[in-house]
Amino acid sequence: MPASQPPEPTTARTHTLRVDGLGVTVGQQRRAAVHGVTFEIARGESVGLVGESGSGKTLTCRSVLGLLPAGCNVAAGSIVLGAGDSEVELTTVRRRGWDRIRGLRLAAVFQDPASYLNPSLTVGHQLAEQLRVKRDLSRREAHARSVELFVEVGLHRPEQVFHQYPHELSGGMLQRVLIAIAVALEPELLIADEATTALDVVIQAEILQLLSRLRRDHHLSLLLVTHDLAVVAETCDRILVMYGGEIVESGPTGEVLTDPKHPYTRALLSVASIGDWTRRTLDVIPGSPPEAGEQMSGCRFAPRCSAAREQCTAGPVDLTPLDAARSARCVRVDELALTSVGGVA
Amino acid sequence: MSAPLLVVRDLTVTYAPPRRKGSLGTGAALSAVDLEIHAGEIVGVVGETGSGKTTLARATVGLVRPAAGAISFEGKELGVLRGRDLRDFRRSGQVQLAFQDPLRALDGDLTVAQVVAEPLDIVGGLDKAERRRRVDEALGLVGLETSFRDRHPRQLSGGQRQRVSLARAIVTRPRLLFCDEPVSALDVSNRNLVLRLLDTLRTELGLAVVIIAHDLSSLAGVADRVAVFYRGRLVEQGPIGEVLARPAHPYTALLTASAPSVQLEDRLHPDQLRHPLGDTGRTWSDGACVFASRCAFAHDACDEQPALLTVAGSGPDPTRRTAACHVADAWRTQLDPPLDRLDPQKEAVS
Repeated sequence: MPASQPPEPTTARTHTLRVDGLGVTVGQQRRAAVHGVTFEIARGESVGLVGESGSGKTLTCRSVLGLLPAGCNVAAGSIVLGAGDSEVELTTVRRRGWDRIRGLRLAAVFQDPASYLNPSLTVGHQLAEQLRVKRDLSRREAHARSVELFVEVGLHRPEQVFHQYPHELSGGMLQRVLIAIAVALEPELLIADEATTALDVVIQAEILQLLSRLRRDHHLSLLLVTHDLAVVAETCDRILVMYGGEIVESGPTGEVLTDPKHPYTRALLSVASIGDWTRRTLDVIPGSPPEAGEQMSGCRFAPRCSAAREQCTAGPVDLTPLDAARSARCVRVDELALTSVGGVA
Repeated sequence: MSAPLLVVRDLTVTYAPPRRKGSLGTGAALSAVDLEIHAGEIVGVVGETGSGKTTLARATVGLVRPAAGAISFEGKELGVLRGRDLRDFRRSGQVQLAFQDPLRALDGDLTVAQVVAEPLDIVGGLDKAERRRRVDEALGLVGLETSFRDRHPRQLSGGQRQRVSLARAIVTRPRLLFCDEPVSALDVSNRNLVLRLLDTLRTELGLAVVIIAHDLSSLAGVADRVAVFYRGRLVEQGPIGEVLARPAHPYTALLTASAPSVQLEDRLHPDQLRHPLGDTGRTWSDGACVFASRCAFAHDACDEQPALLTVAGSGPDPTRRTAACHVADAWRTQLDPPLDRLDPQKEAVS
């Protein structure tokens, strides 16, 4: 399948990514760490994938990138990038095939920018390299385009930055360099896995602003993976909440945050360091999340849920659509809707 | 009010100037910092990377020697301690520091019990049974069952490791505990668990706790007071509620405006408070206000570092709430757009 063709915007809501029934297994025993994950990202849409550590959010996004750690495998489901003629089934792509996808159509930035750059090459070299290899630009053209990209991601004195080594730049600047590298080849989808977690709040706000701007200017789809609800609140159109390897709630950001349907989302909201500082209480979600691949009957959040009843663990709980845009994986969703949600106005 | 436990006066710390030509000098890591900490109080120390937060902790526990200024603990001057006296103070375990990264700070070859008992071996003078009792007591205080005794750090989750780190710090029954970024590596739920724990320790042990953090909002609900650092200077300090609600220094305001929030309410936008980095249009002298090059309200007076002055309307005690800013009282009136008609044109995603 020709993978390098640009996507054709045929309809208003062309999908950039469709993940259907994704299952990921871990280790020799092939324990299921992620199962039945289904979601879509439309062109130019920004989706936040939220969950605690061990919820499977990183395994999900690594499956999309084809970068699962050794021992982890995609056991079920499909991941389709693009739509129409440029459609690619990512789960079947082999090593060489990724060369025409990663960087070109799919790009990512991660938590620790310094470890994704070569310390012995200048950052400009590392950006220009892919422009020369993938876009066949001359040395001079690649340099000029790199400087433009550095300007675009908000680096000051880009000509100087071009010739600097990673150790000479701060964490925030390195993350900007990585974002420049990620968007250099105009990918359709940018995945940001905890990309702002290690940064100072002021820099974090700037990077989130930058991602929103790039998304708007380049019609980029964005998958933002984070454990912090507050980060997705300001950046994402839709939220997917993951728990124990499953999506437990999804919907438009504003609706999910003001009127969460799943008790886990509600619990996450109550513990987040967000909103009204003067009324802040240090709430804690009791217990700990299930181990990856733990066998459980019914709702995986039930042992920690204050609203859990017998029916919750009796049988499998499905992700049920509530309306056109929202769904939740909770058997008591209709009863619980009656109780008001405090904390967030 | 009782005498403060820790008094820091005019503290300046510099790291060694460059020996070789071409390498970068680090300059002053802390400049003329004044701070008081009372028993039973939780004080937040906030600032970005390189603002001197960790240096403050390291100077207080005696890991770096101040270039100028004085640190006194329970009325005892630490700067004059030399040799054996300094070693004795450090080994007394009166002031403890819990390091930032619990995985790297804990020896992977030791069990939890050994890690926690180590400071007691250094303090000395306890027999084996007493040491064991103290270790169990410390583990109990941080909410870890005794079944954790024989585990290794790699077998623990991030939150559990942080608790082991805290148990190790409190096992000597310190009077003052510095926690360097105790929650930044944790999930939100574990974050609150550790913060709650610090609050419990303060109540049960009468401990003074200094929490070092880069996120001002993460201290809401736990700290009593907060001290904001920027590039080695204390720029504002005061009761946390007042500082969060009405910051006096534009940098503090920038911190609160940058904190992500699920409430999409009207509030200050970072762009109203700072110049785009490096785009100040003027050069500031070496003695200028540390924030001048990024401040949206900087003017000629800012070419001189302002002193820490009492914030207007903060009560009768002049040291209760202070800020180092020439425009502390005026910048709110210069906001563009003014505060009362905020443009919701921030990079909103509808």
